[in-house]
Amino acid sequence: MGVGIIMLVHTAFGRAEQVARHWAAAGCPLVIHVDKAVPRKTYDAFVNALSDMPDVRFAKRHRCEWGTWGLVAATQDAAKIMLRDFADVRHVYLASGSCLPLRPVQELIDYLAKRPHTDFIESATTADVPWTMGGLDQERFTLRFPFSWRNQRYLFDKYVALQRILRFKRRIPNGIVPHMGSQWWCLTRQTLSAILQDPERDTYDRYFSKVWIPDESYFQTLVRQYSRQIESRSLTLSKFDYQGKPHIFYDDHLQLLRRSDCFVARKIWPFADRLYQAFLTDQAGAMNRTEPNPGKIDRIFAKAVERRTRGRPGLYMQSRFPVEGRENGLTCAQYSVFEGFSDLFENFEPWLAKMTGMRVHGHLFAPERAAFSEGQTVMNGALSDSAALRDYNPRAFLASLIWNTRGERQCFQFGPRDKQKIEWEIAKDPNAQISVISGAWAVPLFKSNRNFSDIRREAALLQRVESKHLEVLRSQWTKARVRIWTMAEFIEAPMEPLQTIIDEIGQQNLRGLAEVPRMTDLSGFGQFLQNLKNQGMHPYLMGDFPIEHRLHEPQQNQRKPYLVR
Amino acid sequence: MGVWQSYRMRLRRKRAKARAFRKHFSLTPVANRTEKIRPGDILLFSTLRDEHIRLPYFLKYYREMGVSHFLIVDNDSTDGGAEYLAQQDDVSLWSTKSSYKRSRFGVDWLNWLQQKYGHDHWTLVVDADEFFVYPFCDTRPIRALTDWLDSSQVKSFGAMLLDMYPKGRIDAVPYQAGQNPLEIAAWFDPGNYVIAKNKFYGNVWIQGGPRARVFFPDAPKKAPALNKTPLVKWDRRYAYESSTHMLLPRGLNLTYDEWGGEKASGILLHAKFLDTFTAKAAEELTRRQHYSASVEYKAYARTVQENPELWCKWSEKYINWRQLEILGLMSKGNWA
Repeated sequence: MGVGIIMLVHTAFGRAEQVARHWAAAGCPLVIHVDKAVPRKTYDAFVNALSDMPDVRFAKRHRCEWGTWGLVAATQDAAKIMLRDFADVRHVYLASGSCLPLRPVQELIDYLAKRPHTDFIESATTADVPWTMGGLDQERFTLRFPFSWRNQRYLFDKYVALQRILRFKRRIPNGIVPHMGSQWWCLTRQTLSAILQDPERDTYDRYFSKVWIPDESYFQTLVRQYSRQIESRSLTLSKFDYQGKPHIFYDDHLQLLRRSDCFVARKIWPFADRLYQAFLTDQAGAMNRTEPNPGKIDRIFAKAVERRTRGRPGLYMQSRFPVEGRENGLTCAQYSVFEGFSDLFENFEPWLAKMTGMRVHGHLFAPERAAFSEGQTVMNGALSDSAALRDYNPRAFLASLIWNTRGERQCFQFGPRDKQKIEWEIAKDPNAQISVISGAWAVPLFKSNRNFSDIRREAALLQRVESKHLEVLRSQWTKARVRIWTMAEFIEAPMEPLQTIIDEIGQQNLRGLAEVPRMTDLSGFGQFLQNLKNQGMHPYLMGDFPIEHRLHEPQQNQRKPYLVR
Repeated sequence: MGVWQSYRMRLRRKRAKARAFRKHFSLTPVANRTEKIRPGDILLFSTLRDEHIRLPYFLKYYREMGVSHFLIVDNDSTDGGAEYLAQQDDVSLWSTKSSYKRSRFGVDWLNWLQQKYGHDHWTLVVDADEFFVYPFCDTRPIRALTDWLDSSQVKSFGAMLLDMYPKGRIDAVPYQAGQNPLEIAAWFDPGNYVIAKNKFYGNVWIQGGPRARVFFPDAPKKAPALNKTPLVKWDRRYAYESSTHMLLPRGLNLTYDEWGGEKASGILLHAKFLDTFTAKAAEELTRRQHYSASVEYKAYARTVQENPELWCKWSEKYINWRQLEILGLMSKGNWA
């Protein structure tokens, strides 16, 4: 004998009774506190149900609203009864009705018997822990909190604000240092009685009754005055979500709980029949002994909190629709946008796909349809190539495409002929790598067999569109990695920029580019530009092209297509 | 929100309530077993017409999930479905011959029933071809979800409509009564949805999926809305405003997170596209009892005659909720 259990109950009395009997069967005396909010009838029935147990006491009932003094008062009263009535008790374990012993109670008794002077209570100074809710860490000890956080939130917030304005500060009595921690502890008789019989207890009680969430700080602070040996951890496994509310365990956590190294878990869903069945069996051997792996539990619940607070970057869905600026990534993965390359190089898309292993699309935002790779009409995620569907919400289109193809880098062509509505989304996206050869849109015009007046009109339009687009790319809001070359600049030494882009994409290709894309024949392009100028339309985005382009002259004598070296 | 706006909201809510009151006179109770409803029971509300063949599986699915009582409005069925429902112990049935359209597609009827019987209960509003899926639904009953929502002080739970369809022609495999329709309509579009926010009601507006892809590739704006909030801790002051897409008061529509995180959400698997659909689409065309002069059904009828195949190479076959979670169609949120 040596461990007594204080049990705080406010709901699920059937389960509480079951657990109480389990504790008692191992020889642990119990003092049970039932919330005053519980109707008399329910309370009487519960007391009656446990009336056959000799070592069960019921403490005076307090109203236990979350975060209020009632919980501490209830614990104090129950502890007093425990210490008075059960002289054999060496350790007092504070548990709740929804706690479930994970290991045979005898193991807990043995464990504590081996550490007769150790107090197990999580106790840390406020400065050192990140768990605090609502930004109230040190302030919870220096302000007053007469209003309920749950039911009178408005008054609660206003009163805190008022006290901040007035610079109101409470004095912490006797220079104690406030500590905080899980309210589920296990203290030795010596420590607990010292706290309860402290001559200054009235002072402390008065002070803590106005502190916010005293059940997480009263014992945690005072234990520092008396304890001979504190082990600052809770023997109760309890995980909290981002609102500071305990996570609940269900049947499907059975394997996980078996691997916990804690003695008790909280909080269990009252209808988790399998859990109660598995852990409340008498035989110690009934429990499958597995190597404890508490890290796994930590990970699962930490992930849940992160899912709730940060979500999956680049995902837009029914329950994650961030306002602008809070997306935490406009898209979920990096992708590349090439502007002008497929105009300048004849086989750019297949070449790029071969060199980098990326998925290379054509002009995804072309006016006719989204040109998916390999001419597909539907892409990953059943994304349609319909221009109307895409233009209905281009941003969703792009985000979906990148999301649907997670694990495979996407790359697409863009240019002034395309729908421009998406340009800001791409420019603002740090995941985008944008490479532009400005003015290359003139090459298809140069190659086309159209009337020159049409060409001139179109050239003027495309130049206007691209020039506006370049302004966007050079704006202060642009977060994408942007590289812009004029066409003249680019064709002077094409391999260098190509190598840079591909290195940045970071594929395996370390030996340099084995193969080069085929540049279209540009002889006569200089004259073409001059003709446009002669017609009063000044193409300036492609840089300075001499009328006779020396670089390209020799190739007229060659039969092989021009290869860039 | 200004005073004027909140007043307008209030007026709208009151109007919905008044409509519900007006329309409830057309409901005739057939089997009223609502005295069996216990506090804390989870209730299911539905309006249906000629769905007899689907009912056995529908009831089974939701009974196993943990729904305690079904409150159903039968809109003039002629296929014996009403008689079947009237025999079920956990079903309360009302019937009406009034216009489905003029009761705003059943919303007014159900608003009334929910006000009368749903107060302080978790209520699930679904059609006979909708199957609710939520995180951990394979290991935890719906009560676990609603308890968790209660403890998180959340009053409404969103579940997007996910259109399911068979591989091959829609009418290739005949559906048998009692069969899981998802065995036939096992496929869905995993990632082509678009979302916009309705600033007035605060809900997200989701479109896309196979219906947008196949029936409305040139008129995406007309594609049906897929956002739904089917599970609500009902209060007699609440009202659905437009199907289960929007609720009033509008705070209930905030089933999504705006600061980058994910709230928990579910999916309504919509097993509409079975062999029964072709006949139904033809009938609805003449009845004209559906939304916006049945524009949806017109588009269906046109396309379905030509090529009743919704399946494509990138369609995904349904496995379980975890798959939907990984695809990003629903989320566990903070629930673990």
